[in-house]
Amino acid sequence: MEELRFLRREHLPHLWCAGCGHGIVLGAVVRAMDRVGIDQDRTVVVSGIGCSSRAVGYLNMDTLHTTHGRALAFATGIKLARPDLHVVVLAGDGDLAAIGGNHLIHAARRNMGITCVCFNNGIYGMTSGQYSPLTPAGFRTATAPYGHLERDFDLCRLVQAAGATYVARSTTYHVHQTIEYVARALSHEGFSFVEVLTQCPTYFGRRNRMADPVRMLEWFRQRAVTVAQAGRMKPEELRGRVLIGEFHRTEEVPEYSRSYRDLIARLSGEGDGDGR
Amino acid sequence: MSKPRLMQGNEACVEGALEAGLRFFAGYPITPSTEIAEMLAERLPRVGGVFIQMEDEIGSMAAVIGASLAGVRSMTATSGPGFSLKQENIGYAAITETPCVVVNVQRVGPSTGMPTSPAQGDVMQARWGTHGDHPVVVLAPASVLETYVLTVRAFAIADELRVPVILLSDEVTAHMRERVQLPDPGALPRGERPRPGRAPANVPPMVHFGEGGRILVTGLYHDPSGFWTEKPEEADRLLRRLCGKVESRREELTLVERWYLDDARVAVIAYGCVARTALRAVRLARERGGRAGMLRLACLWPFPRHEVAALAEKVDAIVVPEMNLGQVLGEVERAACGRCRVIGYHRVDSELIRPEELVPVLEGV
Repeated sequence: MEELRFLRREHLPHLWCAGCGHGIVLGAVVRAMDRVGIDQDRTVVVSGIGCSSRAVGYLNMDTLHTTHGRALAFATGIKLARPDLHVVVLAGDGDLAAIGGNHLIHAARRNMGITCVCFNNGIYGMTSGQYSPLTPAGFRTATAPYGHLERDFDLCRLVQAAGATYVARSTTYHVHQTIEYVARALSHEGFSFVEVLTQCPTYFGRRNRMADPVRMLEWFRQRAVTVAQAGRMKPEELRGRVLIGEFHRTEEVPEYSRSYRDLIARLSGEGDGDGR
Repeated sequence: MSKPRLMQGNEACVEGALEAGLRFFAGYPITPSTEIAEMLAERLPRVGGVFIQMEDEIGSMAAVIGASLAGVRSMTATSGPGFSLKQENIGYAAITETPCVVVNVQRVGPSTGMPTSPAQGDVMQARWGTHGDHPVVVLAPASVLETYVLTVRAFAIADELRVPVILLSDEVTAHMRERVQLPDPGALPRGERPRPGRAPANVPPMVHFGEGGRILVTGLYHDPSGFWTEKPEEADRLLRRLCGKVESRREELTLVERWYLDDARVAVIAYGCVARTALRAVRLARERGGRAGMLRLACLWPFPRHEVAALAEKVDAIVVPEMNLGQVLGEVERAACGRCRVIGYHRVDSELIRPEELVPVLEGV
């Protein structure tokens, strides 16, 4: 129960719907924080707009609830101004992959020292259930009443290709893995990204015959395939499944704020070269 | 005083920002403000500060606010299209009371417009560009030296009142080179942020990230503890205080320059690059026996309506030349309130208003 010190208990209960998975993800985040022993007075948690972004209201540390999609850009400013602080971004799939997609790929490309946890419920919950870039094809949403025609992003492959140096995916059914991946992400110096599939029974489930949150958790269990299992499966068996696990981890790329500090150190060694 | 130097407006902005203690700049390339980013990319790491070229204008405004909340004096610079993109986050800075300076070097708009040509079309956007009532301070320099002075002042106001301050330059002032002698370092007040135990009226003390405050900063309406609220009385109190902290300081934020107004029958009200040619027009009119004068505005918002009202009592007419179709003009009419004639003179063809074309206007009233 040591992790409870990371919560502003006076602001509980939270505003999420009954059966929402966001509390499970937030629980995993604070357990991971406890596991790696982060200093809550030297940690800033940044979010954008959406259901999951309200998580920062319940975290007992410095917290920043920003504009829609921009959490990573705000976090970039914080990390560069105070590289000694631990900077964490909690954001939803619409926030990160649609309106904030540009900041996501560039934070990954720079290998910015930020841990980013994506609460992926595949829906815009705060606005009552429109499709997001993570809504799987064929499912119904408020703005896809005949079934969704678009393909969804594989966000982990996207951020890995963009340059992220720690990439993992889990689900709210796989709580222990989620805690472990977030803990490893928090311990990682560069841009670390953990996508967590989380259920929205209210707006996603009800339109897709999974109004019961337990049905959605079972759906995650059935869809999830570990990287090891996937290696033994045929492509047609993998259709509609979701890969979970740790996909990528490298310490070889310099973290950006460290590179900038090195530049400052190098220039101060040179002295005031141009006489100004 | 330092040795005289030939300096560009954008360069003076950089010198002023560094003098004010700027240590974080995030920006995105855009004409005619790009020199500011280029010079700071070189200078900031040499003084232990950070420059970053973000992926877009929106992100650079966000990074500036993040760095400021972490305790560092922060700035961005842009022009018309980029200024439009920054508006949502400028509103975020206003409601979260995050000090920051936004330089907008005006160019011809709307849209891509004429990227390398001057205009004054962003006066209203600087005041009302973001949605909702909100506090903002807008300064408009008319020379290279004043760009330096007002940049330092912008940081002082931003910090003391915890507001976004817009330095509303224009392509002429930003790209013009003048001989300037900068004040000695430390000669201009740099201001300081309100901190626990010493905060002025209406401005809450600021606690930065990493100081153990465990604060929540949100763009939602919030109560004095910082937590979001939907209580109507809390919402009303917050917005009235936010706007009131600037409104209640209208007189101390009045930055005007008076030229030949003692006996003037016709007065020009001008700002930015146009104030330069307007002053020449006033002098030409005087040489020909006219009783013309000028009130130059260096702070556009809060609008110095008390100054304009007092002027309107004294003169027969006020002429407002602007490189737009009449943005300050409306404010002057409102402040003059029928006490004298108010005449606009507009140029929107990308050419600076010339003294010779203003003289007949002054003589015709």
